[in-house]
Amino acid sequence: MSQSPHQIDVREFHPRAQAAINNPQIRRNFRKAMDGLISKRKLAFEEWDLESLRTLGANVRLKALSRLPELLVQLEQQLVANGIQVHWANDGDEACHIVQAICARRQAKRVIKGKSMVSEEMELNHYLEQHGIEALESDLGEYIVQLAEETPSHIIMPAIHKNTDEISELMHDKTGTERSHDVEYLTASARQQLREKFMKADVGVSGVNFAVAETGTLCLVENEGNGRLTTTVPSCHIAVTGIEKVVANLEDVAPLLALLTRSATGQHITTYFNMISSPRRPDELDGPEEVHLVLVDNGRATVYQDDELLDTLRCIRCGACMNHCPVYARVGGHAYGTTYPGPIGKILMPHLLGLEETRHLPTASSLCGACGEVCPVRIPIPDLLVRLRQESVDGDHLHPARVRGHGSKRSKLEAMAWRGWRWMHTSGNRYRLGTRLATRLRALQPRQLGAWTRYRSAPRLARRSLHELVREHQNQQGGPQS
Amino acid sequence: MSAREQILQRLRQRQGQPLQAPPCDFSVMEHRDWSPEEKLERFERTLESVHGEVHRVNRAQWMDRLADVLSTRGARNLLASTSHWIGQALRDAQREDLPPLLTYDRPIEGWKPELFNSVDASITSTRGGIAETGSLILWPTTDEPRLMSLVPPVHIAVLDARELYPTFLDAMRAQHWAAGMPTNALLISGPSKTADIEQTLAYGVHGPKELIVLVIEDEPDSSP
Repeated sequence: MSQSPHQIDVREFHPRAQAAINNPQIRRNFRKAMDGLISKRKLAFEEWDLESLRTLGANVRLKALSRLPELLVQLEQQLVANGIQVHWANDGDEACHIVQAICARRQAKRVIKGKSMVSEEMELNHYLEQHGIEALESDLGEYIVQLAEETPSHIIMPAIHKNTDEISELMHDKTGTERSHDVEYLTASARQQLREKFMKADVGVSGVNFAVAETGTLCLVENEGNGRLTTTVPSCHIAVTGIEKVVANLEDVAPLLALLTRSATGQHITTYFNMISSPRRPDELDGPEEVHLVLVDNGRATVYQDDELLDTLRCIRCGACMNHCPVYARVGGHAYGTTYPGPIGKILMPHLLGLEETRHLPTASSLCGACGEVCPVRIPIPDLLVRLRQESVDGDHLHPARVRGHGSKRSKLEAMAWRGWRWMHTSGNRYRLGTRLATRLRALQPRQLGAWTRYRSAPRLARRSLHELVREHQNQQGGPQS
Repeated sequence: MSAREQILQRLRQRQGQPLQAPPCDFSVMEHRDWSPEEKLERFERTLESVHGEVHRVNRAQWMDRLADVLSTRGARNLLASTSHWIGQALRDAQREDLPPLLTYDRPIEGWKPELFNSVDASITSTRGGIAETGSLILWPTTDEPRLMSLVPPVHIAVLDARELYPTFLDAMRAQHWAAGMPTNALLISGPSKTADIEQTLAYGVHGPKELIVLVIEDEPDSSP
């Protein structure tokens, strides 16, 4: 039912970006949403010493990453002691198989889902449907995106690219809901349809925002209540998460939660903060009898090897970087063609898919630095973009080369040109000869310089180089002034 | 080799510089020195800003206010606990201005359609509140199960003003959460809502459309 991201060629970034820029509806939808989110975030941090809070957020994440393997083992021990079953998956396919095998054992045919970006990364819905299991998204935005057979265009607000008219039309076509401009009516209609599904679902699948090693607790952040229903009503709950989501202590959750909701939507806190530490106990009257956690690597352990790229794993998925990105706000989330769009996607997806596939992403940035400035855990996104640009064109200078597809954007001609440039600039004589030739032969300079002259006039070489002009000037004045 | 061992081995084989985390300085989140009245005001203001409703009552009046709240909404019934003092007081009172009381006394599997379709309102206790974010702390129990605060369209929560903490961090520390977590711990900060359709807020998308908090303020020695 849902579109598999595999059907999208990530390399076709430029035509998709071009099409989005030429679509006034997309641009209006994103501009309006991003402007709103930027001002709400600013207001939400007004009372705070934001820089100290960001430092604390970064340090809490660093503390977790510095002990990642030990904390994962501790998390597993605590969860198992609490009665939660733990599974490990090297990649998305293994994780999908684990979820499907649990469903098969329980003869489950209907899965209801809370919002989970890792499950998007795994393409879980697609996998389950291929195995005859219905997987229905229950977060309103995800539900809309699923009805439209699309993918999320924002990690927090999946249907941000659509306006009310488009959603009304879609719900009318797919569910028979009356056409309406009344958002409350449309929401109530979705509630009605999804409540039925919640009652009948065999398994609930959710993501995880923080997994606490100290107490074996899975934390979920949400506004709608669909996450609570997903993790409480069906008799089996399967949580999927990336291995980097672990934090050491329960207290560490406090600063991360304070940063996450304010950075994401400008809320002081979301309506629900749901902390799950065990399946239903014998005397309890609701909650799932089985709870599972699937820990997914999918390239994260490789990123963990690199001192610089490791910072990517601090991410708490707030989406502030995309909200503040001038490129994202103009091209929208779908142009990227990846599970995670925007700045965080540009530094995350190359690890997941390799640089060959994602070669255009690190360059889809003006390096303005806004993403790095707003990141609640101080990920130096612009530096990482530069590093990935370097990786994508590098020969063998970076030891060891970390990212799959290293050097895949390297062009022999370009490399040769830069070697020539270096050769000329590392000797005074060659440099003088070069500039002399260039200025004397300037009439031969082509008028069209590819993409540069599409919107600009070509720069013209001067008649004389600066060195020559200075020398002439000094000769006229009778020698250098001291 | 299992996926578990493979992943752990990859992580442990890390060759780069040893990872050292700077100490975590929590002081930016500490020392909210608010008086009880400031805490309550902040709690009220923050929760009301997200569409929650707060009523300050004393221990003698809370049931009157509850009856008002329910009758203005035309609630046909009220789901309440049996052993917690709130449920007991309601049952003992046998008031005619309260709708019939329902009991969550069997596993959810036994009455799912009824809970989902015919319960109009529920009332639960809380383990405290958080002034900074206008949040309620709930640790659902057998007496007040998890779905009680989620499925009915109106959720009424009773908060003792003395159990209002400045921040989430303060509450966690004061109540020693890290020493033992329950099956499910919740912070609830307003009614269920979404802004997924063009950033327009709509309430009651999956959970309660209304959250009403009765804050009981009285002298420390008058507790039951």
